[in-house]
Parts: sequence; structure tokens; C-alpha cells
Amino acid sequence: MHSPGSAAHGEGKMPPYTSYHAQRTYPMPDEPFCTELNAEQRALKEKEKGSWTQLSHAEKVALYRLQFHETFAEMNRRSNEWKTVMGCVFFFFGLTALLIWWQRVYVFPEKPITLTDEWKAQQLQRVLDMKGNPVQGLASRWDYEKKEWKK
Amino acid sequence: MTSSALTKPQMRGLLAKRLRFHIVGAFAVSLGVAAFYKFAVAEQRKKAYADFYRNYDSMKDFEEMKKAGIFQSAK
Repeated sequence: MHSPGSAAHGEGKMPPYTSYHAQRTYPMPDEPFCTELNAEQRALKEKEKGSWTQLSHAEKVALYRLQFHETFAEMNRRSNEWKTVMGCVFFFFGLTALLIWWQRVYVFPEKPITLTDEWKAQQLQRVLDMKGNPVQGLASRWDYEKKEWKK
Repeated sequence: MTSSALTKPQMRGLLAKRLRFHIVGAFAVSLGVAAFYKFAVAEQRKKAYADFYRNYDSMKDFEEMKKAGIFQSAK
């Protein structure tokens, strides 16, 4: 996988304008984070070419920071973005609800006759007369003696 | 940072460990779901049908439906 980035090397610029493209899925690219090194840092890079047991802990950390922008712990830190996301989601739920309410009042046509309460009651009575689903379904919940729903 | 000795993490067999965990878990979950379904759905349904048809009189049922007036061919 070749480096995902520009051909030119960034000099003295901050990300995202540098060529440093390390991410969690591509953690160890060839280009280091700091390309412009001062004298002290250049000396340290020279020392790195020798045996690493000679490096002190602080020097190792300094070398890490030259190579990488953030540690894994830093790059994986959590954020509060989810609150913004949930807020916007709920906001648009509410906005949609208002729009649909307006549509109900001003746009929707009359309900067809089959959706009126009288028609629906007659329909239900007919299904109960036919004993639809008498074992576990609708007619099994109706008490035919008392003519009411079973408790 | 103090140089305290950390425990050596597991270096090998990570996939095997994950597979074992998930295979055993999948087995257990499938068995559990199947047992639950058999008990809660299948046996209930068989019992409901058995109870319904134990004392079922189809002629009486037919007479009730005829009286309610839903048939075209039998009034």
C-alpha cells in the first residue's frame, strides 16, 4: 500500500498540509511527522543510528514524537461528538413531525369510506362471525356468549 | 514513567482463542434459542390446537355461522 498523499514533501507546515498521513488503519508510514529538524534533533537522529540501548528514556520519547504526531491513546481519545449528532437527529425528527402535521391539516384528502369507524366495526363483526383464526388469533380472543372481548 | 515490569501479553494463539470463544458461544446461543422456541412457541401452539379440537363440534360451528348470515349458499 503506497502512501496516500501528495508527491511534494511538506516543509514547516502543520497537518493537513504536510505529507504525514498516519492513521489508525495505516499506522506506520515512511514519512515522519517532523521533517524540519533543528541541530539538537539532528544530533539525536545521528545517535539513533547507533545502539538503542545508549538512548535515555527521554530521548526515546523525543524520537517517537519526531516520528509520530499522536500516540495511539491520544488518537483514539473519545469526544463529545455523539451529543451533537444525537441533538441534530432529534431536531430533524421534530421538524419532520411538524411538517407531517401541517400536511395532515392542509394537504391530505378525505379518508375513504372503508376507514370510517362504522365501516370498521361492521368489518370486524363480519370477521368474528366467520370465526377467523379461532385457535390462537382474533376469534379466539372474543367471548361468543358474553359478546365481548375475553379478559 | 517508572520502569515497572508489565506482564507479558499473550503473543500467540489469539485467533484460536477468539474462535473457541465464539464457536462455543454460538453453539450455546443457538441451542438456547432453539430450546426457547420449542418450549414457548411450538409446544404452546400444539397444546392450543389440541385443546381447541378436543371438544370441537363442526356442525354447531356451521349453524352459528349460518345464523350470523355470512354464507351465500346456505341461509
